[in-house]
Amino acid sequence: MVDKNKLARQRLKLFGEGIVADILKKKQPVIDLPVRSVTNVKFNEKSGTVQLGNKMAQRFLFNLAHAKKFMQTVEVAKISNDLLKEEKHASLRDVFYMAKRSIAGTKTNIVDDQVESDKVIEDLELISDMSREQLNINANKMGSVAGKVIVEDKGDKIDWSKLGSGGWSIPSNVEEIQFAKVNAQYVIYMEKAAVWERLHEDKYWDKHNCIIMCSQGQSTRGIRRLLQRLHQEHGLPVYILTDFDPWGFYIYSVLKFGSISLAHISDQLAIPEIKFLGITADDIEKYDLKKHFIKLKDTDTARLKQMGSYEWFTKNKLWQRQFKMMKDFGSKAEIQALSARGISFISEKYLPEKIKNKDFID
Amino acid sequence: MSRVAQTKLSETKEKKKYDTKADELATKQREISVSEFFLKNRHLLGFDNPRKSILTAVKEAVDNSLDACEEAGILPHVIVRVKAAEGQDKFKVVVQDNGPGIIPEQVPRIFGKLLYGSKFHKLSQTRGQQGIGISATAMYGQLTTGKPLKVITKTNPKKPAYYCEIVINTKTNEPQIIKEEYKEWDEVQTGTKLAVEMEAIYQKGKRSVDEYLKLTAISNPHTTITYYPPDSNDAIEFPRVTDKMPKEAKEIKPHPYGVELGMLMKMLQDTKATTLQSFLQTDFCRVSAHVAKEICDKAKLYEKARPARIARQEAEALYKSIQETKIMAPPSDCVSPIGEELLVKSLQKEVTADFYAAITRPPSVYRGNPFVVECAIAFGNGLPQDELVQVFRYANRVPLQYEQSACAVSKSIVDTTWRNYGLQQSRGALPLGPMVLMVHLASVWVPFTSESKEAIASYPEIVKEIKLALQECGRKLGIYIRKNIKAKEQRDKANLLERFIPEVAGALHSLTGESKSAIEEKLKMILARGLPALLKAGDEEKEEEKDGGQK
Repeated sequence: MVDKNKLARQRLKLFGEGIVADILKKKQPVIDLPVRSVTNVKFNEKSGTVQLGNKMAQRFLFNLAHAKKFMQTVEVAKISNDLLKEEKHASLRDVFYMAKRSIAGTKTNIVDDQVESDKVIEDLELISDMSREQLNINANKMGSVAGKVIVEDKGDKIDWSKLGSGGWSIPSNVEEIQFAKVNAQYVIYMEKAAVWERLHEDKYWDKHNCIIMCSQGQSTRGIRRLLQRLHQEHGLPVYILTDFDPWGFYIYSVLKFGSISLAHISDQLAIPEIKFLGITADDIEKYDLKKHFIKLKDTDTARLKQMGSYEWFTKNKLWQRQFKMMKDFGSKAEIQALSARGISFISEKYLPEKIKNKDFID
Repeated sequence: MSRVAQTKLSETKEKKKYDTKADELATKQREISVSEFFLKNRHLLGFDNPRKSILTAVKEAVDNSLDACEEAGILPHVIVRVKAAEGQDKFKVVVQDNGPGIIPEQVPRIFGKLLYGSKFHKLSQTRGQQGIGISATAMYGQLTTGKPLKVITKTNPKKPAYYCEIVINTKTNEPQIIKEEYKEWDEVQTGTKLAVEMEAIYQKGKRSVDEYLKLTAISNPHTTITYYPPDSNDAIEFPRVTDKMPKEAKEIKPHPYGVELGMLMKMLQDTKATTLQSFLQTDFCRVSAHVAKEICDKAKLYEKARPARIARQEAEALYKSIQETKIMAPPSDCVSPIGEELLVKSLQKEVTADFYAAITRPPSVYRGNPFVVECAIAFGNGLPQDELVQVFRYANRVPLQYEQSACAVSKSIVDTTWRNYGLQQSRGALPLGPMVLMVHLASVWVPFTSESKEAIASYPEIVKEIKLALQECGRKLGIYIRKNIKAKEQRDKANLLERFIPEVAGALHSLTGESKSAIEEKLKMILARGLPALLKAGDEEKEEEKDGGQK
C-alpha cells in the first residue's frame, strides 16, 4: 500500500514536472489527454470489453476555452498529492469543496459544480495511470452484500453472514480487502435494494449457498471491482438481475463490457463472463407478467434503439431478440412484478428454477 | 399661413362648403354651444386631464410654429416657457417662434375659432392635420381660467408688431378681440408669440413637456428649441444639428386607390371638370387619359358623362373599376423623411450611447397614400442596462407619447425577433437592453387608430415596412454587438487568464517543489507574448483533437 502511495505521488510529480519544464523553456504549457467520448471508444472483441481509442486532445492553459479546465487539472492533482502525503482519503464531494474557491480579484471560481471536479479526477486517472482510489479519492459507498464470506479490512474480520438485516455496506475502495473465507457457488447482483432485502430476509444466500449483492441504480466502481475480484480470484460465476427495461439492460452492459466514460479502466472493472439472469422477455411470457406492464416512454424507446446500435450488441442475436421483443411489447416491467405471484415467489421459485436450468442470456 | 382656406365642419362628419344641403345643416349646427361641444369631446382633442392638457397645449403651439417656419423656409428657433400662474394648479404656457408672422386679420380666426385650418383639405406631409389644436388650447385656457389668449405677431421687421387678446364666443364659435394694439417687439425679426393660462399639472418624466421637447428636437434636426421649465431659471437648449431645411414635402392630389366611395361621390359633385374622363385625369394623380378611359370602360360608364350626374350606383361601379385597374403608385416626393445621417446626428446629441444606426426605407404606399418609414437606434453605455428598450414613436416628425401598446410601431417591434441581433426578449414583449429605438412614419396622411392621434393603425403595408426597417437596423446592431461586446468579453476573459497564473503556479509549486515566483514570472511572459493571437483565435469550444499514439 505504501508503495502504491509512493508510486502515485511520483506519477503526479512527473506530471507537474512535465508542465514546469515547458514553462521554464517559455513554451505554452499543455496537457495531453486521450479523448473520452463515444467517438473514441472501441469494442475489443478479443478481451470482450470496451476500450479507449487513440484519439488525443490537447489542453492549453492560454486558450480561452481550455484555461479553466487546465487550472482545475493541476489544482486537483495538487489536492490528490496532498492527500497522498498525509495518507488521508477524501470523497469526491470533499475534493469539490477543496477546489471550490474564488480566484483572487475575480468572481470566477476554480470549480462551480461537482461534475467539473469529478471529470478532472477521471482525467487525472488517465494522466497518472492510477485509479481514483489510488489517488486517495473515494466515491460514496453504496450497496450491500451478504453471503457466507469472511473478509479482512484494515485488520478487522468481517463475516458477511452475520451482519443482521442490513448486510455489509460495500466501500468505495475494495483494493485492500482480503478474502479470508469464501463459501459460495455464485454471485447474484441485483439492481434493486428492495429485492436484495427480500432475498436477504428469505436467507436465500444461506439456502442456495451464494452471495447476494446490490446497489441502487447504476453500480459503483467499488461494487464492480468487488464483483470482478470474486469472479477472478475465486472463480465464482456472476448473474445479473435487473428490471425489464433499457436501463436495466444497460447496467448489465456496463458490468460486462465496461462503460464509455471509464473505458480507460475497463480492465479493472469489466467482467466479460457475466450472465444476464433476468428479467428477460421470455420470463414475461413464461411467468405471465404482461398484466404488470408499464408503457415505454419516448426516452425509453430512444435508449433502447441507441443501445441496440452499440458495437458490442449489434452482432449479438440473443440480445437483438430481447430488444426487439421489448419494442414489440412497447412496455417494460419491474423485478417486483414477480411479487404478484407471492411475496417469496422470487426466492423460492423464480431464481432456483432459472439457475438450475441455466436460463441465462450471455 | 397665407394659403388659409376657410372650412366649416360639424362635430361629427366633415361637410363641404359647396354642398348646399350640408351648408344649411352646418349653419344650424353652429347654433350648438361650442363650449359644450368642447367639454364633451375634450378627450378627442387631448385635454382629458390637467396633466395631459399642458402637454397638448405646448405640442399644438410648437407643431404650428414648426409648420409655419418650414412653409416660409425659415430655420425654426422655438422658445417655450412654462411657469406657474396665480391660483391652484394654474400654469402659463408661452411659445414664441421666428416664423413669418401672421397678418392681423387672420389672427383671431386662427387662434379663436375651432376647426379652422389650412391643412385638413390638402394631401401633404404636415404636423397638424385637422386645424383643431391651437384654438382648442385657447378654448381650454378660457374655460379653466377665464383669461384670454394673448398673441403678438410681427410680419415685417421694419414695422411694429400686432398685439391682441382673444376670447372665443362659446355660443357662436366666433373669436372676439377684447384688446388690440400695435407695439414695438424686438425679440424677433418676424415671428409669433402666444401666451395662454390654463389649469394644469406639471410633471417630469414620461409623457411630460420636457420629454416632448426632447423628442421633438430629435425629429427636427434643423430646429433649435429653448425651454424654460417652471422649476428652474436656467434654460434647457436643444440646438439644431443642421442648417439645411428639410426637403419641402410637395402637395399631391389623391391617388385613386386611396379614395373611399363616399369621398369619390363628393369629389364627383365638387369637381370643375366637365367629363368623367377629365375628372379622373385632373382630380387624381397618376391617371393618364388612357387609364381614365380604361376605368370608365370597366365601369360601363360613358367617359364624356358629366361628373355631377353620376348616381350612387354608377359611382359604386366606378369605385370598383378603380380597384380593378392597374394604376401607377403615387409619386413619393410628397414625403420628406428626416434621413439617415440627420437621424444619427440628432440621436447622438440627445441620447448618450456607444453605437448609433439609422435606416430610411424607400417610399411605399398604403391605400394610395405614399409613406416612408425610418428607424434609428442608439445602443450601449449611458442607457439603462436591464430594462425594456425605450421606444420613440413619430408620425410626420411629431412624437407620439400615448397609447404605445395600440400602435403599429410597438406591435412591429414586439413581433421582431431581437434575439437574432444579440438582445434578450421575452415572448410578446419589447426587447431588453440598453437601447433607444426610434421609428418615424412620414406620410401625406397618417392613419391613426383614433382622433387623439397617438397610435398608428396597423395597415399591413405599414407594418411590413416598419418591420423591414427594424430588421435592417437590427442587423447593424447585431454586427456591432458581435464585434464589440464579444470582443470585450474576449478581453475580459484574457484578463482573467492573468488571474489564473498564481493559482496554476501555486499548484505546480506544490507538485514539483519548483519556485512559485519563477513559474509565475515565466507564465506571465508566455501570456504576454501569446495574447494577440489568443484574442484573435477567440473561443474554440472543444479541446483540440489530434490522432496519435496512446499514452
